[in-house]
Amino acid sequence: MALLVTRDLTISFGGLAAVANVNLSLETGELVGLIGPNGAGKTTIFNLLTGVYRPSRGEIFFDEQSLVGLKPYQITRKGIARTFQNIRLFNDLSVLDNVRIAYHLHASYGVTSAILRLPSFHHGEAEILAESEKLLQIFKLAPYRNEKARNLPYGEQRRLEIARALAAKPKLLLLDEPAAGMNPQETRELMELINWVRQEFGLTILLIEHDMSLVMGICERIYVLDYGRVIAEGPPEAIRNNERVIEAYLGREVNDNAPQGGES
Amino acid sequence: MIEVRFNKKNLIVLAGVILIYFLVYGLQAVGVISAFQEINLMMLGINIILAVSLNLIVGFTGQLALGHAGFMAVGAYVAAILTTNLNQPFPVALLAGAFSAAVAGIIIGLPTLRLRGDYLAIATLGFGEIIRGAANNINYIGGAAGMIGIPQLTNWTWLYVMMVLTILVITNFINSTHGRACVAIRENEIAAETMGINTTYYKVLAFAMGAFFAGIAGALYAHYFYLIQPNTFTFFRSFDILVMVVFGGLGSITGSIIAAAGITFVNAALQDLAVLRMVIYAVLLIIIMVFRPQGLMGNKEFTLDRWLKKRGAVSGPTGN
Repeated sequence: MALLVTRDLTISFGGLAAVANVNLSLETGELVGLIGPNGAGKTTIFNLLTGVYRPSRGEIFFDEQSLVGLKPYQITRKGIARTFQNIRLFNDLSVLDNVRIAYHLHASYGVTSAILRLPSFHHGEAEILAESEKLLQIFKLAPYRNEKARNLPYGEQRRLEIARALAAKPKLLLLDEPAAGMNPQETRELMELINWVRQEFGLTILLIEHDMSLVMGICERIYVLDYGRVIAEGPPEAIRNNERVIEAYLGREVNDNAPQGGES
Repeated sequence: MIEVRFNKKNLIVLAGVILIYFLVYGLQAVGVISAFQEINLMMLGINIILAVSLNLIVGFTGQLALGHAGFMAVGAYVAAILTTNLNQPFPVALLAGAFSAAVAGIIIGLPTLRLRGDYLAIATLGFGEIIRGAANNINYIGGAAGMIGIPQLTNWTWLYVMMVLTILVITNFINSTHGRACVAIRENEIAAETMGINTTYYKVLAFAMGAFFAGIAGALYAHYFYLIQPNTFTFFRSFDILVMVVFGGLGSITGSIIAAAGITFVNAALQDLAVLRMVIYAVLLIIIMVFRPQGLMGNKEFTLDRWLKKRGAVSGPTGN
């Protein structure tokens, strides 16, 4: 069975089905894109996968276990980490602490050893510190380690959010518009970084993105969403030429033979 | 086995802690400390315990709780019943008071921690009043007249040991992955949960720990002043403690200590001015909040490193 499978995933707000009958399937190690016009339900799918919303109908399986009904922190513990479209860092904490907090899951000591400062505390803390520093190095954030997260430039904040998500040591990483607000140069660097990270950490990645060049450039497979439904699925070349996708993004082509506003 | 790291910094702090103990102990033995000063000394220690423990809940975990006097009352009454009515030794009473308060913290924490901000403030305020109302109506503990004739067992040694213990435990907790989890909840609850932090668990834990030490403060209080009444633990008492925490800086333990000491001192110094005292106190509060809205220390700590560095005596990496 694939790493992540959703069956008939549906959620309705009032009478509106924001996500309807979505069937996703991600194999281990894949880098999959999730694209679609604004309001298509991309982030809603992320919120369903991470337990922020509970689906009205349908199932989610991760590692062959059902995720429906679990709380967000329980889902993170199963191995899914995410970033947010609107960055959610711990703004008043240092860059280092942002990453250290995410290692919480893998801390090897309990409250009692912390209070009594038992050896397990010192070893656990040293380990957390070393691993956090390593992540900061990888994401070129080491120079900012003692800076408050809110003072980082925008691009660095995005990178820090990815670094923090990786600190939770996920199997599946959900990236919600990681390149939003970045210039082409930064976007290209981020693409390389995401690809490198995937191989280095053996990750499976599901990526929401508006930037077509990024999605087409690195994703092996793409799902296209419109009005909460999957309208196309396949490799980038197929998606690029898919009529329904073009229609969803650019609108229906006007019939050439029809009269147009009285012009010749 | 407990592994103690004897670096230079820890040794200086340890020496300071021991020195203060013997200094006050000596002054007391010689008889330099008057009865009035002794009362203030006791209030100082009790206020520090209260402020530091409330800071864990309000300052570090970010849960605005206004029922700290309620936890203090639970600790005070339970400990007083044990020593006065049941003839138990003081340490047993102290522990029982602390644990009862912690249990009260869990009981109040579980249902109310779904609430945020001002809603939580109102719910915890209600809790404090319920405790007071209950104490008012239970004849076994004296009703509105309260309990009289509690043995005076709190002395400088007990007070000081408990105060140092409170500061040590809470500081160690905060500077661990578990404390960071609490701070993460304060900073961004949704992000904290996405990082795998069980937010309910840590909120309840912070509540229980804070209540535990408030219970100790209550027990110490009861066994110093012989007398406790429901009216000792009104909403105003909770509010006083909150003022110390805000004043010192939300999320700064040393800030809480400094503020608790400062406010106790000002209260004592203005004792003779009666009504005018509250006016001066209020004006002082306003002035400090206008000029230092983040509190005396903000969320920073007063550390030896910082202090020495300022004086140019030490340079090097700052650890934690």
